[in-house]
Amino acid sequence: MSKSPATTPVRVGLFVTCLVDLARPSVGFAAVKLLEDAGCVVAVPAAQTCCGQPAYNSGDSGDARAIAAQVIEAFEGFDYVVAPSGSCAGMIRLHYPKLFAADPALATRAQALAAKTHELVSFLVDVLQVDSVAASYAGTVTYHDSCSGLRELGVKAQPRALLNKINGLILREGRETEACCGFGGLFCVKYPDISGRMVDAKVDDIVATGADTLLAGDMGCLINMAGRLSRRGSPVRVRHVAEVLAGLTAEPPIGAAPGEDA
Amino acid sequence: MRSTAANFEENSRKALADVKLRDALSRLSEGFPAKRRDAALRLPEFEALRDQARDIKNHVLANLDVYLEAFEARVVGRGGTVHWCRTAAEARDAVLGICRKANARTVTKSKSMIGEEIAINEHLERNGVVPVETDLGEYIIQLRQEPPSHIIAPAIHLTKNQIADTFRDKHRQLAPDRPLDEPRSLLEEARGELRGKFIAADVGLTGANMLIAETGSTVLVTNEGNADLTYSLPKVHVVIASLEKIVPTLEDATTILRVLARSATGQDMSVYTTFCTGPRRADDLDGPDEFHVVLLDNGRTRMLGGEFHEMLRCIRCGACLNHCPVYKAVGGHAYGWVYSGPMGAVLIPGLIGLEEGGHLPNASTFCGKCEEVCPMRIPLPEMLRAWRRLQFEQQKSSAVGRAGLAAWAFLARRPWLYRLAIGVGAAALGRLGRARGRFRRLPFGGAWTTMRDFPAPQGRTFQSLWHAERRGGGR
Amino acid sequence: MSESRAEILGAVKNALRHARLPESARPNSNASPAEHLGDHRANLIPARGTLGTKARIDLFIREAERVNATVARVSGLDGVPREVARYLSKQNLPTTLRIAPAIAEPTVPWTSQSLLTAEPGRAEGSDAVGVSRAFAGVAETGTLVMLSAPDSPTTLNFLPPTHVVVIAAADIAGDYETVWARVRAAGAGNEKGFMPRAVNWITGPSRTADIEQMLLLGAHGPQRLHIVIVDDEVAHP
Repeated sequence: MSKSPATTPVRVGLFVTCLVDLARPSVGFAAVKLLEDAGCVVAVPAAQTCCGQPAYNSGDSGDARAIAAQVIEAFEGFDYVVAPSGSCAGMIRLHYPKLFAADPALATRAQALAAKTHELVSFLVDVLQVDSVAASYAGTVTYHDSCSGLRELGVKAQPRALLNKINGLILREGRETEACCGFGGLFCVKYPDISGRMVDAKVDDIVATGADTLLAGDMGCLINMAGRLSRRGSPVRVRHVAEVLAGLTAEPPIGAAPGEDA
Repeated sequence: MRSTAANFEENSRKALADVKLRDALSRLSEGFPAKRRDAALRLPEFEALRDQARDIKNHVLANLDVYLEAFEARVVGRGGTVHWCRTAAEARDAVLGICRKANARTVTKSKSMIGEEIAINEHLERNGVVPVETDLGEYIIQLRQEPPSHIIAPAIHLTKNQIADTFRDKHRQLAPDRPLDEPRSLLEEARGELRGKFIAADVGLTGANMLIAETGSTVLVTNEGNADLTYSLPKVHVVIASLEKIVPTLEDATTILRVLARSATGQDMSVYTTFCTGPRRADDLDGPDEFHVVLLDNGRTRMLGGEFHEMLRCIRCGACLNHCPVYKAVGGHAYGWVYSGPMGAVLIPGLIGLEEGGHLPNASTFCGKCEEVCPMRIPLPEMLRAWRRLQFEQQKSSAVGRAGLAAWAFLARRPWLYRLAIGVGAAALGRLGRARGRFRRLPFGGAWTTMRDFPAPQGRTFQSLWHAERRGGGR
Repeated sequence: MSESRAEILGAVKNALRHARLPESARPNSNASPAEHLGDHRANLIPARGTLGTKARIDLFIREAERVNATVARVSGLDGVPREVARYLSKQNLPTTLRIAPAIAEPTVPWTSQSLLTAEPGRAEGSDAVGVSRAFAGVAETGTLVMLSAPDSPTTLNFLPPTHVVVIAAADIAGDYETVWARVRAAGAGNEKGFMPRAVNWITGPSRTADIEQMLLLGAHGPQRLHIVIVDDEVAHP
């Protein structure tokens, strides 16, 4: 990694996210590797569960606040909080301060936490000034811009900057990389027909690029798109961008069986 | 207009199955967004103008009573009349009253969403006055007795063949062998049919894009020129507008006009932007003898100062519709009432009730594209979430959904229990799914698996692996 | 009715009194409405509206042509009839004109062109060609600004399918705000207010994309807009 080590190691609390924790721990380990390679000391507070977004987006501010208070408590001691997810990082960064607007003490703590919370790739590039990774990857990749990461946190150029420098990797831009994939948390099961139409349009765009690999920074989007790609019999491999950046691609891609893909 | 918003699920199912609609919506989503992008790129000051437009409306709304009174004084000073209407019913009566006094038989109309809101056409018809829509899209859907499906392009859901069929069905003067294959011939047909009606009309009814307090002027924006024929030919000009349309000065209106067409269709300026101020002057050769402004509340004062205050900045450009992936999937009719897309999802529950419009704020992924393109920087996702908050507090959201969320929140607030439950779930699904890597079917997972496979979890949770590694003397 | 008025204004005042607005909804200045109205200050004017004379006229022509108007230039009002005759015969259009009284004989010598018949007045449904004089032009967007007046009836701009507009080069402004200042000045003598009955901004011939989003010129307003720029004419009074 082309970066000189920090003089005092940066202490990062990893917000692993419920979907990575439940469905794909290899993403968490990829995130840790990237952060440690960049000179950070990484801890994973045990008292983390969820960022509270499902409750928040369902109008349940009470539960959202309770969960958020728990997150603040567990993470506020770190120099930075990093999540392999634009959606969760956005929740903490933009929405926690709003949740506690009426509670001065927690509001201050929420703002402090928000200010040091980042999505993984933008943290590496914008804060740690990482400009390349050591990994290589033989494949053509198309990248999906998850909505929260893109519009709440400005994650757009950073993953492309790193991917473009990976040995063997060819980046192919879709025409609709910024279009919503249709996941939207509970939306995809509350309005499955509409969600299905949206993910279908997304898959059309992905397939049209001719890429053999789809990457993104959010597990919700990835599970959604992988599910539709697989149902349509597409061989496109789906991974979290952290896996490719960290060179940890031994595990099968999302939704693939072991050995199914070379 | 009668609402079917409560039927959103059925409406959208029908819409998704409609192949012609799908083609029309593809055309829309390929056209308008690219044009807006080009227009914005050509104007370096575009972003700064959006900020100023927002600031202008914020200032007006914060002083709305003063500006409304100033507007009224100027209108009256110029010989016009302002009719204040609290409800749709009062507005209907005001318009009908004016038409009756004018002994009106026909009324030409340019496009007005407020007209739809108060269902003025049916009211006029029931009382023996014939309303004639003159905006081409509105004219077509009037013939078909359909509601508009887009706030600026009301017939966007139709193909040219559907329109040709409608003309053949409804235009009695139309020769059966006259070719109507091309849009040009359809336009000629409509133009010919409407020309005489413009000239014969007794009253011209228009909406207003803005009302200018400084001069008592109303602003009309069209591409077709139909609004100008509507107000300048008949003896009476009636403007119907909701009260948040006020802007302070001509200069403020100009700033907003610089972002309006660019956001809506990608034009730098619409073809016809007209500032109407009072009835004809003594020596004018043309123009109406009477000028009326019907000023409507119908729920706006309820929004003012509250959680939906910022929605009152809306200038009805339609950019949010054009860029919304949900609108692109289901079109405007699925929303079931006058407005649609993200602005409709915010406005409709406010105007006709959360009970009736409850689905709309929920049918969103909060992707945020609407807010990104809104010229007035309205935080639409924020307000959609506010509706969901109200539904939750009023216990109007689905019982099953609430139970599921309550269970999730219960676990999430108890990390040790959470890790236990999630660990069990991950292990079970991981084991079941290991061979194939995915599930084609899942019990209780029908909504997902109808169109998608469900990728299998890796089997162990990150937390358990991490803490095991660290306990085993890792780094 | 006055009960409705009182109730609405009362509801507005009440809502504002109890308003709890987020940062994004708060006004960014403390100017009172009276100050703001009296000031009528211009907001941001785009750079493309602030060009020098020659560049401004070039931009006006370019923008007008981009929205499908056609543009010609003549040196004086005397040259207008010849240009109009040329344009109409080239397009195979009728040569009976309805003209604004402002540009009737002797101001514009229509009788110098035997091909043309020019009748001043407001437009009727059967008129094929309307000719009026613009109060101003706006280079930003190639827009014409028409003011209603006894010698400039509004219907001329909309009823005839072909619309010819005469405009002095000196009347072509860079931006809209300059034109508003002129409108205020022109109407300053009227104690009821400076605005005429109608101010029309016209940007190209009429159009619609209501049928399958296909762009068609000539909806209800004019199908053709021909702009004749008069170089040596003094600015509009």
